[in-house]
Amino acid sequence: MSIARANRMTPYLFLAPAGLVLLIALFYPICYMIYASFLDWNPSQRIGEADWVGIRNYVKLFSDDAFRESMWVTIKFAAVVVTLEMIIGVGLALLLDRNIRGMSVLRTLFILPMMIAPIVVGLMWRYMYHPTVGIFNQTLTSWGFEPIPWLSDGSWAFASIIIADVWQWTPFIFILSLAALQSLPSSAIEASKIDGATGWQQIIYIKLPLMLPVLIVTLLLRLIDSFKVLEVILVMTNGGPGLSTEILSIRINRTASEFRELGEAAAMSNLLLIVLLILTFAMFIYNKAQELRAQRLRAAAEDTE
Amino acid sequence: MPDIRLEHLRKDYGAVTVIEDLNLEMADGEFTVLVGPSGCGKSTTLRMIAGLESVTGGQIMIGDRDVSQLEPKARDLAMVFQDYALYPHMNVAKNMSFALRLARMNKADIDKRVKEVAETLDLKAYLDRKPAELSGGQRQRVAMGRALVRDAGTFLFDEPLSNLDAKLRGQMRAELALMHQRVGKNMIYVTHDQIEAMTLGDKIVVMKFGKIMQAGSPEELYRNPANKFVAGFIGSPTMNFLDAELSEDAGTLHAKGEGFAIPLSAQKAAGLQSHKDRKVTLGIRPSSFAEDSAGIEMPVILSEYIGAQSVLISEMGGQRVAIEVNSVAPVRTGETRNFTVQGDEVHLFDPQSEAAL
Repeated sequence: MSIARANRMTPYLFLAPAGLVLLIALFYPICYMIYASFLDWNPSQRIGEADWVGIRNYVKLFSDDAFRESMWVTIKFAAVVVTLEMIIGVGLALLLDRNIRGMSVLRTLFILPMMIAPIVVGLMWRYMYHPTVGIFNQTLTSWGFEPIPWLSDGSWAFASIIIADVWQWTPFIFILSLAALQSLPSSAIEASKIDGATGWQQIIYIKLPLMLPVLIVTLLLRLIDSFKVLEVILVMTNGGPGLSTEILSIRINRTASEFRELGEAAAMSNLLLIVLLILTFAMFIYNKAQELRAQRLRAAAEDTE
Repeated sequence: MPDIRLEHLRKDYGAVTVIEDLNLEMADGEFTVLVGPSGCGKSTTLRMIAGLESVTGGQIMIGDRDVSQLEPKARDLAMVFQDYALYPHMNVAKNMSFALRLARMNKADIDKRVKEVAETLDLKAYLDRKPAELSGGQRQRVAMGRALVRDAGTFLFDEPLSNLDAKLRGQMRAELALMHQRVGKNMIYVTHDQIEAMTLGDKIVVMKFGKIMQAGSPEELYRNPANKFVAGFIGSPTMNFLDAELSEDAGTLHAKGEGFAIPLSAQKAAGLQSHKDRKVTLGIRPSSFAEDSAGIEMPVILSEYIGAQSVLISEMGGQRVAIEVNSVAPVRTGETRNFTVQGDEVHLFDPQSEAAL
């Protein structure tokens, strides 16, 4: 082997361990799951003993009302929380992007919820929502209001998990938006002040459009995450009451552990994976398009030199 | 277009005072250049006039209106920034019309104005382009265009040419001078480049450490610098400074140093009798030397050929001096030449206070 060729191979040699880990830890389980989704497999069997049923698991899913309901709950949940989190997170960032004494402490406080383990967040909110000893209902009753069935009524439970998720994940959007805001060219904002823009006009015509690339990526990241949410809701409601808060990952968990249908659970996981892949792909395409656009602009600028 | 007055203007950042008691008057339609080394407070002053920086004390009067506490948009200003500050997400036409759109001017009028200005700045072909698709010089012109369409009373420029290469800078400097002739508005221009200051300004304000060292016309500053700092800052190549002593010889005051004695003209000497026998700093512009076989013998340590002129580096009284000569007869490094200095072309400064004598 010539030296030049050995030199060309060197990067691959260094990448090999990481590639191997990816293959074993990522690729293998995915293949396993895809394979499993074509089996009628229950946990007492080894995978080799399970019967091959083709696409029956998938067909069954589409006619399964509970699954469809769960899919709907997931989409509804993702749409509502991401919308609320974007509005509140970006709003807070716009509000706190200034030099006031103590602002750095405030900013740190704002991102605390994100640092708490999801299980703990779930427990914390479950206690706060507790019908009798929870802080919400105690406060309400002490003010003379009727207590609210936070987790025991379908609609309230859905609202409750949304509140908890918004509480935990708004900071994520907040810090990314704040970083985007602080990296905006300050002279463009100053120019807009001289041009006569009011505070609101600066936000609408200058700040938000310039933040847009970051906001779109943030939105897609949050969307991906909100489709996968599990622990907080599992601890708070375990999908109940009824199916009102049964998001897909809880449905998958129940199908595997409660109904002992591993093949069906695998099929659901694959569908969820496909949804997430589409979102990830959208993000990839968006980034690629941005890069291409920047390249084209640079080329055009060079042409005119 | 009203005149602009800065009265006892002051700016503190925490405990640091950047500008202290600045007083300046700018006449209607005047092109004022604030010039000085980095950190002299010239940009801060401009930003305070713009309203981008708060005023710690004093007043900014535009006409008879005190604008020092007003928002930038209430001050009737347009500004061109050092990095152009174009809106990256808007095309050239949108960039230029932003202020007019905010002011809710009707669309036909906006289009007309933008087209007119684009025409004068040679930007018509680029109206649909985004800033990233333009070269540096074009971006600079868009920034100027954005200021021009506004028809504001006062134009502010914060080192607008410093990001351009030398050739483009020369071109844009001429454009700016023409633009001032054409629109005849108040213009306040910040730069650290004395050539820009000299060529553009009706009035030059030389600043240092937040204070005005001298304000006046380019000729005034060049001919009669008020102090050593202004003398050294204005003019290129820079003025030579030599240690000397004033002494009287045969009824004429001389600036004497090691190996040279320059007789002062009667006019110069008139007010200097009281400084007789005292140490002074002698300032001689490189262009004030004249070849003369009866003059002081000076070695040519280095000859820098520039074109029509050459700059010779030489020595006088053990101190290094620059001499500007005509390039017609080439001077080589290592030669010795004789030069005289006219007594009415020297500048004298107090060595302690650095003020002109």
